[in-house]
Amino acid sequence: MSVENSRELGLFRVLRDDHSQDPAVSVPDAVVLRAYREMRRLRILDAKMILLQRQGRVGFYGACTGQEAVPIGTALALEADDWVYPALREQSVMLVRGFPLTQFIAQVFGNSGDVQKGRQMPSHHSGRSVNQVSWSSNIGPQIMQAVGTAWAMKLQKKSSIAVGFMGDGATSQGDFHSAMNFAGVFKTPCVLICQNNHWSISVPTAKQTASATIAIKGLAYAVPSCRVDGNDLLAVYAAVKEAADDARAGKGTTFIECLTYRIGAHSTSDDPSRYRTDEEVESWKRKDPVDRLRNHLVHRGLLDDAKDAALEAELTDEVNEAVKVAEAFPAPSRESLFDDVYQELPWFLQEQKEELRRAPPAPSHGG
Amino acid sequence: MREIRYREALREAMIEEMEKDASVFLMGEEVGHYQGAYKVTEGMLEKFGPERVLDTPIAEAGFAGIGVGAAMVGLRPIVEFMTWNFSAIAFDQILNNAAKIRQMSGGQFSCPIVFRGPNASARQVGSQHSHAMEHFYATVPGLKVVAPAFPADAKGLMKAAIRDNNPVLVMESETLYSVKGQVPDDQDAIELGKANVVRPGKDVTLVAYSRMTHVALDAANALAKEGIEAEVVDLRSLRPLDEETIVKSVWKTHRCVIVHEGFPYGGVGAEVADRVQRLAFDSLDAPVLRVATLDVPMPYNAKLEQACMPQADRVIAAAKRVVSRGKA
Repeated sequence: MSVENSRELGLFRVLRDDHSQDPAVSVPDAVVLRAYREMRRLRILDAKMILLQRQGRVGFYGACTGQEAVPIGTALALEADDWVYPALREQSVMLVRGFPLTQFIAQVFGNSGDVQKGRQMPSHHSGRSVNQVSWSSNIGPQIMQAVGTAWAMKLQKKSSIAVGFMGDGATSQGDFHSAMNFAGVFKTPCVLICQNNHWSISVPTAKQTASATIAIKGLAYAVPSCRVDGNDLLAVYAAVKEAADDARAGKGTTFIECLTYRIGAHSTSDDPSRYRTDEEVESWKRKDPVDRLRNHLVHRGLLDDAKDAALEAELTDEVNEAVKVAEAFPAPSRESLFDDVYQELPWFLQEQKEELRRAPPAPSHGG
Repeated sequence: MREIRYREALREAMIEEMEKDASVFLMGEEVGHYQGAYKVTEGMLEKFGPERVLDTPIAEAGFAGIGVGAAMVGLRPIVEFMTWNFSAIAFDQILNNAAKIRQMSGGQFSCPIVFRGPNASARQVGSQHSHAMEHFYATVPGLKVVAPAFPADAKGLMKAAIRDNNPVLVMESETLYSVKGQVPDDQDAIELGKANVVRPGKDVTLVAYSRMTHVALDAANALAKEGIEAEVVDLRSLRPLDEETIVKSVWKTHRCVIVHEGFPYGGVGAEVADRVQRLAFDSLDAPVLRVATLDVPMPYNAKLEQACMPQADRVIAAAKRVVSRGKA
């Protein structure tokens, strides 16, 4: 591996500017085709969710636009029994691992079609069926939890690993350093992935850390660390797969910094034009991960314009249909409020439940 | 029946549950090689090995998060804080994660975890080691909080805490660790949420928990010499709160004094007072009083510290106030 392509000293890339790939890395056709489909669907889904928010149909959404290669590449590199702790922009990992799209969208509506029963704000998905745990609105706690889950796998001598995501801003948080420290000391079977998208809402990475790179922070904790082109699906997939294999083989945790860029706003509550230039955004659009993978697939002879247009039409229909089904679910019942606070319904919540039942319905519930 | 110390009772509970259930493990600062800062975990590393008795780096938020992450995927961690004061660093993992994960996930995930350690004042360790933290945690839906006063309760409640499928916080006391008490040979789990009348009486109800139960009992013995029979209700569990036992006692005595460490603003005492005025209003002959730590951060100086903490004489004075008012 050349210095330029070295994982520790430079940026690990597989896709080249001429759309070919580094021959040292091999990613099967089926994987790249699946990745492209998932990335396209995610982009359509995100655009649709933003539109629904603008129309007042959902309250909040955090899109992944411009960063799709990281969650999709990671999801495809994992085994079904592995555990995933996303941050804000990796909810889609669960979709790749088999979580139904309709239920995913119902979570954004927070209605009775949502497995979380309308309790968590949008883009805080969790799915027990696909081993994915909701991130915490407070930045950082899920990194520790991922390491704790990895510790549990080690203690129970299971072959599963845990993957924990974070943004660049989260690496300023104490939880990041605690997590790295535990991961280093206890050699937990874990892959920790930072999506360095250059902006923590309005604060650029340079104001988040004076460190030259984020990956280097892992080395101080004796956690093998590397920097990956996060807009390069093949590079993300290969790096995560190798790290996951290492974790499974008892070599402990790897920390991966994925360099990418948030093309859209931080969330639907944010206006990025107030703190960054159009030129910067445009320069990153030229490195768009979906475009780069499309060009590679064409180069590889796996895709042409007609197939691509058909795919887009199919995925758009799928998303629109899922939105229609998801939006139609009624609100969760008022009585469900007291469920799941504890495993059992304690007497004091039973009392409050009966009191609520006697009260007239809230206006928004309409009976 | 055997007489053992409070710390031994806690240890026996943990050992017995760990022997029975391979998913239970213990972690915290100094719990292994050092045998625990207060020797609660003495011998456990030797018995269970370094994977189930884990000495952690000094990072409360860190190992609390490790515990939460392990609990969500099937283990039953016991997380020791060297003192509950240090749990402030881990507050987010307890408040926003352990307590809420089951509800936020729609019941998909559970968090069967025990957080434990000494709470409130010890002896001359300053305000940052002396805070009574139970008041914060007892307000949080999703958590259960217990504060045993006697070795038998410590053992029974710890066993129940470990077996419970919700996060349970066990508030111990450094000043109780060496206290001895009778513990049945076959002491099993004690149901969470049940108070205990530890001294019957007819003139005034003293509600207390943890070390303050002992202070209330001292006060009750002194009051008895003056012809006042105090009933002492040891709460044992702070959430769920056994309001039935409290209210039944007040129906009998018509007067209530609550004794706790921690400050007089808000807290468990305010919660008990609310239940008493709401559920025993017609029975009350006097206002409900609270005897609490003075409303200042705990000083280091021994005399000042003692002046801050609830002592038997303050409990006696409060009891006499409500008794005399009732008879006036």
